[in-house]
Amino acid sequence: MTQTGAVRQQSRHAALGLTDRQVIEMYETMMRARRFDERCLLLQRAGKVNFHISGIGQEPSQVAMAFAMDFEKDWFLPYYRDYAFVLTVGMTLKELFLSLFAKAEDPNSAGRQMPGHFGCKRLRIVTGSSPVTTQVPHAVGFAYAAKLRGESSVAYVSFGEGSSNQGDFHEGCNFAGVHKLPVIFVCENNGYAISVPLSKQTAGRISDRAIGYGFPGVRVDGNDPLEVYRVMKEAHERALNGEGPTLIEVMSYRLSPHSTSDNDLAYRTKEEVEAHRKKDGIPAFRNYLTEAGLWNEERENELQARIRKELDEAQAYAERAPFQSVEDAFRYVYAEEPSSGEGR
Amino acid sequence: MPVIEYIEAIRSAMKEEMERDSRVFVLGEDVGLKGGVFTTTKGLQEQFGELRALDTPLSESAIAGVAIGAAMAGLRPIAEMQYSDFMFPATNQIISEAAKIRYRSNNDWDCPVVIRAPIGGGVFGGLYHSQCPESVFFGTPGLKIVAPATAYDAKGLLISAIRDPDPVLFFEHKKCYRLISDEVPEGEYTVPIGKSRVMREGDDITVIGYSLPLHFAMEAAAELAREEGVEAHILDLRTLQPLDREGILEAASRTGKVLIVHEDNKTGGIGAEVAAIIAEELLYDLDAPIRRLCGPDVPAMPINPPGEKHFMLNKEKLKTAMLELARY
Repeated sequence: MTQTGAVRQQSRHAALGLTDRQVIEMYETMMRARRFDERCLLLQRAGKVNFHISGIGQEPSQVAMAFAMDFEKDWFLPYYRDYAFVLTVGMTLKELFLSLFAKAEDPNSAGRQMPGHFGCKRLRIVTGSSPVTTQVPHAVGFAYAAKLRGESSVAYVSFGEGSSNQGDFHEGCNFAGVHKLPVIFVCENNGYAISVPLSKQTAGRISDRAIGYGFPGVRVDGNDPLEVYRVMKEAHERALNGEGPTLIEVMSYRLSPHSTSDNDLAYRTKEEVEAHRKKDGIPAFRNYLTEAGLWNEERENELQARIRKELDEAQAYAERAPFQSVEDAFRYVYAEEPSSGEGR
Repeated sequence: MPVIEYIEAIRSAMKEEMERDSRVFVLGEDVGLKGGVFTTTKGLQEQFGELRALDTPLSESAIAGVAIGAAMAGLRPIAEMQYSDFMFPATNQIISEAAKIRYRSNNDWDCPVVIRAPIGGGVFGGLYHSQCPESVFFGTPGLKIVAPATAYDAKGLLISAIRDPDPVLFFEHKKCYRLISDEVPEGEYTVPIGKSRVMREGDDITVIGYSLPLHFAMEAAAELAREEGVEAHILDLRTLQPLDREGILEAASRTGKVLIVHEDNKTGGIGAEVAAIIAEELLYDLDAPIRRLCGPDVPAMPINPPGEKHFMLNKEKLKTAMLELARY
């Protein structure tokens, strides 16, 4: 993101087919996700909510990946740190706060699940759970359905590097490889699975595992959203062309503790975290936009004020909103309408 | 009405539903070209093509997980577990995912998947081709579980399972595949999930069970009627979850003497719940303690013939237990 130089040449984003407006939107969305996440941490510390699980440090790649997807046709199976991803595909701050406060109007689960457990059919975001990596075979199932119905649809599924050691990762990848299914497996490698560092999760490169399943694996710097976008777009095209899955390993760093229940300094140093904070992709992307003449101090101030207002309003709404009634709390174990098997 | 084998009933249910509804497809190990290790899916790939009768990698969690994903995407998958003994790798997908998808999304998503698995022994399958895993899944809200004993119910319940908007585990007894034949109508019909059926009427003792052991109970009942004048009332649960409480209570109160039978081991089995339901509602109407005749509490049956025979229920064991109860 540094080679702008004096020579007037096509910008990196234009070369990738991204308009000025789009890259500005990307920046704004990653900043919105960051500020949302910071607010959640504050709310938990203030005792207003019980729990938050953070995605701080991973927003640039999440936004970039979502920008490469088709919101009308694709299916999204994000994991619990993908706030910036779901914001990009259309979930609102209000909806995320409703989830944080576990309120009835939360589209993800009506306040039944922990925050970060996304799901919203309107946005083609598939409901997820806490046992990690179970969503990987589901994504393969969505991709299989697309193939069976002859639809141009790609399934996006993400998971952490710790999760990539679960059987469901391997079973899902293998299945998709055999049937050349339109699915993109994204390992968001943030260096830690709670306290266990990457070096104790695997001795190899996660992206290399794709070789064993017969499709390409790519490792990409998560702090370089334009490169993430390029890689993702390529995977998306492969999927649509019937060339099958791609495994993308996005290298990032989890700047926050695992969750609000975690004391990360028990297993890593402040210095390590600070060193990674310096590589944060958000200020780097702001510099890129500034150098491209698309951003300045004034716009930044305007954005920060706007996000603050959005957050305040969304948070206030969610705080006031009612919980699901106890009468409704145990509904929908099974379908309530007798079904003829038709429909949908 | 034509008499067909239990396995043919299962096959024709799948075939007819696949003809009726293009969203229905089967997936599993060896289900395609070979038509299944028991031939349950024979002819489906020929008729519907590879995409709808799919040979999967040997990978049970993926079979269940991919089916769950496809179900959420709007298809109607029938996932086959080659033997129920091998479905445990898929347990996380079944219990953590399929069972909870509707509930955890507040009804935004659903998971109309059928997972078929052959259960039970008596085929010299040894420890890992003979188990009954019902109790592992029983009591998991969000799942429906059926276990037919007859060809008629196998077909009617499988059609209902495929059309059901929620996940259904379909436990078919592999010993029944060719041992059991009965009348099955030519046209379309369904058997409702959640309804038990009286197999035999009688006023002396009540036998409640499901799947293969009911046939032993029927044989024993015929002999007891002839030899001892004991008339057994026999109830086939057919659906294990949700249990048909009313059907159970009605059958129990008919005679006041209840014997519960199943091949799955006794401790923590379906019978324990059936007994509890009766005890909760009818304790003072009973004329004898509730009895259970089940598989022993050992990990699984041995392959050696005397060991297997000792494990399995049979007509003689049923007859003894039923007579004892009648004389109580």
